[in-house]
Amino acid sequence: MHIEVRNLNKSFGDFNAVQNVSFEIEKGHLIGLLGPSGGGKTSILRMLAGLETPTSGDILFHGKRVNDLPPQERGIGFVFQNYALFKHMTVFDNIAFGLKVKKQSKEQIRQRVTELVELTGLKGFEHRYVHQLSGGQRQRVAFARALAPEPQLLLLDEPFAAIDAKIRTELRTWLKEMIERVGITSIFVTHDQDEAIEVADEIMIIGKGKLEQKGTPWEIYKNPETPFVASFIGESTVVEDLSVLKGFESAAADHPGTKALIRPEYIEIGRPGEIKLASATLDANVKDVHFRGSEWLVELLVGNVKLITYRSLEKEVLRPGDFVNVLVHRAYLFNDNESWIAENSLKTDPMPVHI
Amino acid sequence: MTIRRTWIAAVYFIFTVLLIIPLIEIVRGSWADGWGGFTDALMRPQSLHALGMTGMIVIVVTLINTMFGVMLALYLVRAQWIGPRIKRLLNSLVDLPFAVSPIIGGLMIVLLLGPSTVIGAFFEDAGFKVVYALPGMILATLFVTFPIMVREVLPVLQEIGAQQEEAASTLGAYSWYTFWKVTWPSIRWGVIYGVVLTVARSLGEFGAVLVVSGNIMNKTQTATTLVYQDVENFNVVAANGVALVLAVFSVGLLLLMEWAKKRKEVH
Amino acid sequence: MNVMFRGKLWSFGFRSTVMLYFVILIVLPILGIYSQSLSLGWHPLWESISDPLAWKAVLLTVKLAVIATVINLVIGTLISWVLIRYRFPGRHLLNSLVDLPFALPTAVTGLMILLLLGPGSLVGGFAAKLGFEIVFHEPAIVIAMVFVTFPFVIRAVQPLLEELDKSEEEAAYTMGATRTRTFFSIIFPSMLPGILSGGMLAFSRGLAEFGAVVLVAGNIPGKTLIASVYIFGEIESNNPQGAAAVSVLLLTLSFLILWTVNLIQSRRPGQ
Repeated sequence: MHIEVRNLNKSFGDFNAVQNVSFEIEKGHLIGLLGPSGGGKTSILRMLAGLETPTSGDILFHGKRVNDLPPQERGIGFVFQNYALFKHMTVFDNIAFGLKVKKQSKEQIRQRVTELVELTGLKGFEHRYVHQLSGGQRQRVAFARALAPEPQLLLLDEPFAAIDAKIRTELRTWLKEMIERVGITSIFVTHDQDEAIEVADEIMIIGKGKLEQKGTPWEIYKNPETPFVASFIGESTVVEDLSVLKGFESAAADHPGTKALIRPEYIEIGRPGEIKLASATLDANVKDVHFRGSEWLVELLVGNVKLITYRSLEKEVLRPGDFVNVLVHRAYLFNDNESWIAENSLKTDPMPVHI
Repeated sequence: MTIRRTWIAAVYFIFTVLLIIPLIEIVRGSWADGWGGFTDALMRPQSLHALGMTGMIVIVVTLINTMFGVMLALYLVRAQWIGPRIKRLLNSLVDLPFAVSPIIGGLMIVLLLGPSTVIGAFFEDAGFKVVYALPGMILATLFVTFPIMVREVLPVLQEIGAQQEEAASTLGAYSWYTFWKVTWPSIRWGVIYGVVLTVARSLGEFGAVLVVSGNIMNKTQTATTLVYQDVENFNVVAANGVALVLAVFSVGLLLLMEWAKKRKEVH
Repeated sequence: MNVMFRGKLWSFGFRSTVMLYFVILIVLPILGIYSQSLSLGWHPLWESISDPLAWKAVLLTVKLAVIATVINLVIGTLISWVLIRYRFPGRHLLNSLVDLPFALPTAVTGLMILLLLGPGSLVGGFAAKLGFEIVFHEPAIVIAMVFVTFPFVIRAVQPLLEELDKSEEEAAYTMGATRTRTFFSIIFPSMLPGILSGGMLAFSRGLAEFGAVVLVAGNIPGKTLIASVYIFGEIESNNPQGAAAVSVLLLTLSFLILWTVNLIQSRRPGQ
């Protein structure tokens, strides 16, 4: 289903939960709504479902305005955060609910439910009640139930929030595969960036009720359009005083008040002599090192400025107090008016790229 | 552990003196004149009529109170067309009858609908007696029992939340279907508990009914007002007979209450 | 579209009916009684209330309801503690019996007390020999009130005791607190909201009680005539304005109590 949202607003009293959100979604895409908790993601999802009425703005499915359609008539499937499974019904009856509402024949219902039970790997659990299922199984039931009436749009509200960290990764892959196999347009809400990056074809970043950026995970990571997106995606530290960073002095001079956001992967460190472009490096002390399973997390002090980066386990182990050279390859610069990514001017590219 | 023993003994003592001995006393009192005295007391025409009136009131009141109570609870928890502030106000108004003496409850109805009032006179002219007749007695009992059902169902509705209902709506079910298939199974035991409480309260209502009914023998007398009249007439054995019937019903209801409460906790 | 429109009409009808029922049954009568008490102006209202029989009745009711409430506070707290914390034979039976006063018609309660403590009974005769009278005197009224309001405190405290996290208590023990100390600084404070709101409810029910009291009180004006019986008498003697005046006094008191209970309950943490 092709979805279009125009200037969507939702306020609860004085609180503006959603402000002027507009976007379009192509048929068959899997979209992740990503943002911090309480940022309005769920409100957007619920308005798409018809569970919440927009204060203003239009929602169009296939080019037709659906604002006034109740949820029953929108042709959507909704997977709730806590699944909202019907407690007093078996797995079979839960999945069959939407079909019974449509007054399908017993035989049709049995067929469709069996098909979904097999698709979601719930075979053998049809006659269990919800409280006899594990978290992962419940999620599968919720998914099967939402899909049963063959909706054209699947909405999922924090689908993995209530699941153990261990099974979560497994379920993510499963869900992505499942949605691809069914080929249904889907939107899911999450506050977990790894989840969004791994599962979604496209991500929409929502912060404080506003749509900050929409794009593929790679685009968003590579070219964050706002400081909010830049700081929300990936790890980063913010450097208030740009002038300490070698290679970014011109930017500091041209744009007073500009701050830099630096990701661990923007930074290269080495013992004296290890880095070839010695003239572009800063002197730093290792403040602390932490073992992170597959690599070292290194905390650095450049003057008073703290930076973090990762270091391969293959390289020589650093210790707190060690003296190192630091090369900042690039930085995300921003001030009150604009933001852009700047490469280190002492490297090859002397010109910053304005976005 | 002697402290513990003392406490338990104290509790047993309180229960025995306050609850168990009085119950036994009623049974003993109604048998003071033997089986004959008991049946005579019950077989009096006014006893049969009074028990019939009580039965009628219990049935009508329970039906109406259950229906409106459940619906009002649904609206107070789920309705989006009532603002949160008005909801809070209505919510606190629900409890008012708990704070009103039944006598005052009855007085209110007499004041509003009595023969000397505008509305009362209007109904009277239309040949419909409200006060000193069954409709008034039902109204008085409805007033007294009003909060019971709402207070039983409302917390259950709050606890289960709206999500299952919302899920049903996204699956295409409209409100009526959703109510019976999704909401009702969750609130069922709360409602049943409320029904038992309503029956108990309407069975035992005395003050409000006494004021509204005028306590006319063979006409507007209920079982409880008959007990009162028998005592006033120093006919204690007869009073005991009717009281025993009421007490047996109450104990039966108490057992039902326990059963419903247990089921309510499971679901 | 037609179906939807019909659905809307239905739900509109339902809503209006339920709300109208609510207003007519509950709100209107209460407004009615306040307006009736003022129907002849402020002066007669004041006169009705300042009638010595009237205010004596109200004062007596408050006094006896306070005594009954205090008794209930003590035995109610004790019983809820024992029923929740101790395991002993008959616990479930006693727990079910707690609700008996709610299930029993109040007129039957009155009759029970009359039978048990009346002049012809064993206890009544014994007390009379000691020169101590129960029925048709204040003690009988207090007993009736205690019986009728018996479940309130217990049912308000029990859930709090059940919810009380055992680890809080254990934490106190690990920090070296004695049993008594733990009880008064950990357990009692968490029972307190229940004790207070249960006590308030018991008090307001005691103020309002009619059925159980009217049979045992003797209803001697100025001595054992309580407010609700006084109101009943005024109605019987065809003085609705006087009845309404005392009612308003009693109602206002009850509403204040109810409001306080709501306040206490909404202050409860975690709600």
